[in-house]
Amino acid sequence: MAVEKTSVNPPHLLWQGGTQPLKAGYGKLMMWIFLLSDVFTFSGFLVTYGLIRFGYPTFSEVVAGMTHKTFEFSQQYWPIPEKVFKAVPFLHGVELPLVFVGIMTFILIFSSVTMVLAVEAGHRRDKADVEKWMLWTILGGFIFLSSQAWEWTHFIHGTDHGLTLADGTTIFGAKLGINEYGPPNFANLFFFITGFHGFHVFIGVLLNIMVFYNTTNGIYQKRGHYEMVEKVGLYWHFVDLVWVFVFTFFYLV
Amino acid sequence: MAEHSSIERQAPNTKHLWKVFWILLALTALEFVVAFKIDADHYKWTKIGIFVFMTIVKAYYIVGIFMHLGSETKSFIWTIVLPIIFVLWLIVALLVEGHYFGLEKFFI
Repeated sequence: MAVEKTSVNPPHLLWQGGTQPLKAGYGKLMMWIFLLSDVFTFSGFLVTYGLIRFGYPTFSEVVAGMTHKTFEFSQQYWPIPEKVFKAVPFLHGVELPLVFVGIMTFILIFSSVTMVLAVEAGHRRDKADVEKWMLWTILGGFIFLSSQAWEWTHFIHGTDHGLTLADGTTIFGAKLGINEYGPPNFANLFFFITGFHGFHVFIGVLLNIMVFYNTTNGIYQKRGHYEMVEKVGLYWHFVDLVWVFVFTFFYLV
Repeated sequence: MAEHSSIERQAPNTKHLWKVFWILLALTALEFVVAFKIDADHYKWTKIGIFVFMTIVKAYYIVGIFMHLGSETKSFIWTIVLPIIFVLWLIVALLVEGHYFGLEKFFI
């Protein structure tokens, strides 16, 4: 009986008082409102990033005649991302600009599609399918987090040759106070924004594990619906969405 | 309930979801082509424009299909989209102002 889709308002989606504003369950609507507030937070970061980046002169304004081909790092101007992020694990010394971050993007998009497949399986109340797709999603989250850890480590350690300053000292890697790739603010914003996004991914992985655990224990089966998968799925897709923006504004522009 | 679900196991309907996955992948691949094939010295703002446009297209697919916002009620959609439109306006306005800020005197 519960399998039939005759009712417009399924009982578990009714609010107290028996109505259903916006034809959505309370929890799902509140997840959306939370995500909206998270949009505000990340927009604040984006504005900060843009404002500080535009505050610096471009390299062609500082060094006349410098092009993307002849670009060299300096503390005076903002770096070109494809000159910074060109390392790939196990391939030391090989220059592959943006390849690793491309792989990370692929992983996150893939884990997003496995999440939406878990949500779809939840609508069919197919326990085995939900478990399968949740496991793939969790795996994707872990791979993404480890990739980010590797990228941070590489960014902090820097290149083999480092950057020689005007006073003759050589600096290596991106630190909060000093940065071989450009102004320290470039590293600070990178750590802050990708770090905040990585923290979101971490929380998402924890929530996904919780959903997987509850599914395996048959809690949603007993409850009669898999709305929790949908709610956590919304959060996970949002994390993917934020990465799409981080990818554009940190690595491509 | 448990015995029901094993008998009435519905076939998954996931074709449209995989389609969105391929669209997202193709757009990301296209971004790489643009990043390396278009001369950034002369067409910097064209490139940035293309990137921002493709980002918004990707956001549309993720929010509309993956997050199912497209199949919610109209009032639900506007509850989410309207504030975001104003936030986008705020971002653009502040970034335009950022050009006149002259932060170098603070940082360098």
